[in-house]
Amino acid sequence: MIRDARMVVIAALLVFLALLPVYVMAGGNQFPLILFTRIVILALAATSLNLILGYGGMVSFGHAVYLGIGGYVVGILAKEGINAGGVQWPLALAVSALFALIIGALSLRTRGVYFIMITLAFAQMLYYVAASLDRYGADDGLTINRRSQFGLINLSNKIVFYYLCLALLLLVIFLVARLVNSRFGMVIRGAQSNERRMRAIGFPIFRYRLVCFVIAGTLCGLAGVLLANHTDFVSPAMMHWTRSGDLIVMVVLGGMGSTFGPLIGAVALLVLEEALSGITEYWQIILGPLLLLIVLFARGGIVGLLRPRHA
Amino acid sequence: MLYFIEQCLNGLQVGMLLFLLAAGLTLIFGIMNLVNLAHGSLYMLGAYFAATFAAWTGSFLAAIVLTIAATLLVGMLLEIVAMRRLYGRDHLDHVLGTFGLILFFNEAVRLIWGPAGLNLALPAWLSSWIEIIPDVFYPVYRLSIIVVALAVAGFLYVLVMRTRIGMLIRAGASDREMVGALGVNIKLLSTLIFGIGAALAGLAGLMQAPILTAQIGMGENILIVTFVVIIIGGIGSIRGAFIASIFVGLTDTIGRAFLPDLLKMVLSQAAASTAGPALSSMLIYLVMAVILIVRPEGLFPASGR
Repeated sequence: MIRDARMVVIAALLVFLALLPVYVMAGGNQFPLILFTRIVILALAATSLNLILGYGGMVSFGHAVYLGIGGYVVGILAKEGINAGGVQWPLALAVSALFALIIGALSLRTRGVYFIMITLAFAQMLYYVAASLDRYGADDGLTINRRSQFGLINLSNKIVFYYLCLALLLLVIFLVARLVNSRFGMVIRGAQSNERRMRAIGFPIFRYRLVCFVIAGTLCGLAGVLLANHTDFVSPAMMHWTRSGDLIVMVVLGGMGSTFGPLIGAVALLVLEEALSGITEYWQIILGPLLLLIVLFARGGIVGLLRPRHA
Repeated sequence: MLYFIEQCLNGLQVGMLLFLLAAGLTLIFGIMNLVNLAHGSLYMLGAYFAATFAAWTGSFLAAIVLTIAATLLVGMLLEIVAMRRLYGRDHLDHVLGTFGLILFFNEAVRLIWGPAGLNLALPAWLSSWIEIIPDVFYPVYRLSIIVVALAVAGFLYVLVMRTRIGMLIRAGASDREMVGALGVNIKLLSTLIFGIGAALAGLAGLMQAPILTAQIGMGENILIVTFVVIIIGGIGSIRGAFIASIFVGLTDTIGRAFLPDLLKMVLSQAAASTAGPALSSMLIYLVMAVILIVRPEGLFPASGR
């Protein structure tokens, strides 16, 4: 049953994403596939951010750091000659989770603007650490010569890799949707709307938030693993603070606290970037004020605009 | 030992620059409750303005005056056009809106001045060295940065604690709406405060320009360190910003100067040369983490917030 414009847009988007490789296989241009692989991966990262930002009200301005951590684990292992995906991927997720646990345990002691600043500061710290790893390319980054090896699945095949990313994205969207509607998710959302009351009822809010923060960091680490395999390259730029800003923009642009919002936001932002950079070299001079206007006038994001008026 | 004194002075100088930024940022946050990520862009503009005005007029002093005036105006204009619409919104909106402004300013600078950095040459009377204690020479320019910033700190103290405008600023920080209801033109006051904050950032940028070159993105690197200062010092507190700035400046500079050598005593040569730079760039963040564990509100939290 089609209830409103949101479902039409989401359905159309999913069909488009599913059929994109068919266009490429039919002899079309390769470029859209590369662009959309990237979009799908960053949409996964944005979906993980939405879990803490949209549902938990935790404005993390350092979420891209887990992209970097996930990516660097793959890159460093590949450099040391370990290419097995069965080793690389679980280890990358575990390391991302560990860092999210440490950063979260420290950052979640603070509130509001302190939280924004401290997550940014920790991300910047790890950025400098990555930039000082001389053995692994330092500032210049590290080229990955062989993608993760998975026996039958060949990640070097662009179409296979795209479908793997898309499948993982849909899985993560599904998991996050299940999570926020579970008892755990209700506690997280309750703490966002009234922390004091949730505490009074007796929920250990800090622990719930920390678990949520670690889940989000781990999922973003997965996006980092995919991104490293996509570009065959990792560099400190993966966790630059502007990347964290981009992820927030995707979430807010698409619609905070909505299931498909981050995906829509990622598609909208990256396609817009692509279009603007085709018009002028100085495209950020248009994008910057546009962001300000979105903040001022379109608070609910694209999903909010599509929502029926009476609802 | 002499090297140590020199590094302490360098740390103090870095700290004083951080203070100029942190003071503006914390003042704006204290009164308008606004998180301004674009504060670093004003610092960058200060550096570019200074280099440009110095080239036009041929005088360093004229460049200083013009730069402060220009950043004051840009700040006030920015407040009227954009910032004032963000008051009363939540912090996420501030972050996003001012993130957009950073993209705008960085790109505008690239459009106007080109992607290469700008140099600002010091006049002869500032590029000499002075003997501060017997046999220790220190650049006059770095010393004058410390003096100027201390003078600004004194000026801010008098302005905030001893004048009528300062009284209104303090009143605005504790209850913005009530001050407005009492007939004070709070809009004008906000524009003025934002302008002062911008001029302080511009001053910091102009003083930094001769040491480093004016570069795109210079504002964001120092902005994040300024955040560390504010987290340690406590938001909204100028006194906290002052002490934390010096602390962070000293920690960072001395850490970078001595930590790699200290590590060599403990670790092997190879391990130390790898871990040294990484650890010294992490140092201020580690200190911040420790302080947060002990005092989540910072060392000198402004009361009532």
